[in-house]
Amino acid sequence: MISKFAAVALIGFSLAACSQETAPTYHAEDNPEHLSDWGMIAAKDGALRLSEGVTPYDLATPLFSDYALKLRTVWTPGGKPAVYNPDDAFDFPVGTVITKTFYFPVSENDWTGDILIGKERSLNDGPKGKSLALDHLHLVETRILVHREDGWDALPYVWNEAQTEAVLKRTGAVVPMTLHRDDGRMEPFSYLVPNANQCAGCHADNATTKEIKPIGPKARHLNKPSSFAPGFNQLDHWLAKGLLAGEIEAPAPRNVDWTDETAPLDARARAYLDANCSHCHNPDGPADTSGLNLEPDASGPAMGKCKAPIAAGRGTGGRPYDIVPGRPDLSITVFRMETTDPGAMMPELGRAVRHEEGVELVSKWIAQMEGGCS
Amino acid sequence: MKKLIFASAAMLMLAACGEKQEAAPAGDASYQETLMAALLDAEPGDVIEIPEGRFAFDRSLSLTVDGVTIKGAGMDKTVLSFAGQIAGAEGLLVTASDFTIEDLTIEDTIGDALKITEGENIVIRRVRTEWTGEPKTENGAYGIYPVQVKNLLMEESVAIGASDAGLYIGQSQNVVIRNNRAEYNVAGIEIENTFDADVYGNVATNNTGGILVFNMPNLKQPGARTRVYDNEIYENNTKNFGLEGTAVASVPAGSGVVINANDEVEIFNNDIRDNKTANVIVASIFSSGLSTDGMEADFDPYPDGIYVYGNRFEGGGGNPDGLELKALKVAVAGLGSLPDVLWDGYVDPALSGPKEVLCVQNGEAKVLNVDAPNDNKSPKVEDGAAHDCAFDKLPPVELKGPLAGL
Repeated sequence: MISKFAAVALIGFSLAACSQETAPTYHAEDNPEHLSDWGMIAAKDGALRLSEGVTPYDLATPLFSDYALKLRTVWTPGGKPAVYNPDDAFDFPVGTVITKTFYFPVSENDWTGDILIGKERSLNDGPKGKSLALDHLHLVETRILVHREDGWDALPYVWNEAQTEAVLKRTGAVVPMTLHRDDGRMEPFSYLVPNANQCAGCHADNATTKEIKPIGPKARHLNKPSSFAPGFNQLDHWLAKGLLAGEIEAPAPRNVDWTDETAPLDARARAYLDANCSHCHNPDGPADTSGLNLEPDASGPAMGKCKAPIAAGRGTGGRPYDIVPGRPDLSITVFRMETTDPGAMMPELGRAVRHEEGVELVSKWIAQMEGGCS
Repeated sequence: MKKLIFASAAMLMLAACGEKQEAAPAGDASYQETLMAALLDAEPGDVIEIPEGRFAFDRSLSLTVDGVTIKGAGMDKTVLSFAGQIAGAEGLLVTASDFTIEDLTIEDTIGDALKITEGENIVIRRVRTEWTGEPKTENGAYGIYPVQVKNLLMEESVAIGASDAGLYIGQSQNVVIRNNRAEYNVAGIEIENTFDADVYGNVATNNTGGILVFNMPNLKQPGARTRVYDNEIYENNTKNFGLEGTAVASVPAGSGVVINANDEVEIFNNDIRDNKTANVIVASIFSSGLSTDGMEADFDPYPDGIYVYGNRFEGGGGNPDGLELKALKVAVAGLGSLPDVLWDGYVDPALSGPKEVLCVQNGEAKVLNVDAPNDNKSPKVEDGAAHDCAFDKLPPVELKGPLAGL
């Protein structure tokens, strides 16, 4: 095992040493072995550098992935714009490459598998463009979504231990880690890098067409103050850059930041459930078999109120309904967020530890609901 | 195009000659990447052959390509063990059409064993899903779980130990379930929100409930037209080990065939015996204890058009599950047994009466109306005339397209 890892690291080293900086490249057919071949981002001199023309973005409320921090980028060929859509992912031109890099704060620069909870780092603006300083950070994986002639493809790349290169790993990987919570609790867990089919498990949000699509670049997720262009709304920034085109209605759909305590509790909880659940739990999604819809406009039994589970098995946790108003302790939704049993937890993939802050938010939201189930 | 996926001979030797002789060895772990890659790279028309052996997996497998066949060397020869699974809600998840899987076993998955969703023309043949050891709540929920599929044949398969349903067919259309065996599951075979299902030649025994035909609220389609015939449904007396909240949690141990809120169900020519609560139960959604607050308004909570005829009933009803049913038995039967058919007594107000709900043409078999609409105040064994009626018989399900003639 060790020797295999070393070999991968060596390959990584030699490539990093001999490769020049690659300009952003759309690979129409082949799936390059190395992340750097895409030319979107590259690790160099202790920083993850974004190539020119590659735009970082972030979301009002993101998906929780075991406390991983994320750097998202988008690049379109020839600077062609995506076309605005109020509800769905924007319509990006063929050739678009989206990256999402998962990284963790660490206390030692040598990788021990020990990770901390932190906040996304801001990017540095240097003469060579934007970059993410890598000291006390560990890069785990970068997922590529590429828009090809016949649709989007999803490709997982896993970073080497030397942190110089990420290598295509279509069958995914398991990375042993230990989470150190702020209060000192330690939780060993297996971080899952999804395989290419599992990518589709979330990114094919319509289970009938099974078409892979981006999830994050939707109006309601992007409609927020830009973290990368101070003073701009992110949608306006995309418009100004020519990355987005089309008529934007006013006001554009907007999810709140789930951590924003000045926002209404309902809006925070719905933003959280939207980002974490609705790619499957929508009326046409892979979880439409359950009849539970967690898109922002769902309500009543469809949203889970007093709704009996369908085919949940022991995922019910012995509780009667998805949401029992006023009783988070009796609500299946909360159980499924709390548990780390892969046969019962939600989401089914991409989470191995409990998101305690998310559980707390959704519990509070259910606790203040009036009624009950008769 | 035929694709062979063989582990190296050396690996097989190792698996065969391993020094430890533990009860349920997980198996050869090196095969995981091989099979995962084969599933990722599969193209329509491929046959992925899995050789004889025990293979260990720690993550779920998935297939998204249409037109693929997965074939093992036999249920007892090719075993995919997920005893060490750390991620994924099922063993194998298939989201594809024109899919065939045969001759292998999927064992000890952490969630569902084999889930097939939104596909057409699906064949499942001689597949065993099993949770080894005693039946327990910690077992995965479903053994073989096609959902939202059209045109399905499931045959000669086996499901053991599921903490919900062994063979579960949900929200599907045009389905043939034949010559399978379901044992030690909470529900042996469950047909839920499905149109046109023929369920025949199966054996359901030692489950909590043998064969269930249910409709649940808030789904894309209700279900109707299921024929349950020529099955052996006996001694389904295993204590209910499902968790509260699931649809099957309300099924009493000792149930042979259970109809809940489904319409046009024919139960005929089965051998149904020694199910200690009742050989047949017919109920509305109200008897499942679900909140009516959580049901969408267009849901039909009542069963109707249930036709029970020509079955061979034997034993059963002698020791019903739960205090209420035990008290009921004493009240209506004393030391004897409950009748073969238990009915909760709900009649859709839009219907003319019980004869639109339930017809029984089954020799001596009697119906116990438990009078649930009136809080069980006046349960009674109804005289033969109350359900002496008949419905038009359903036509057989015909498999279509590439499955025609199977």
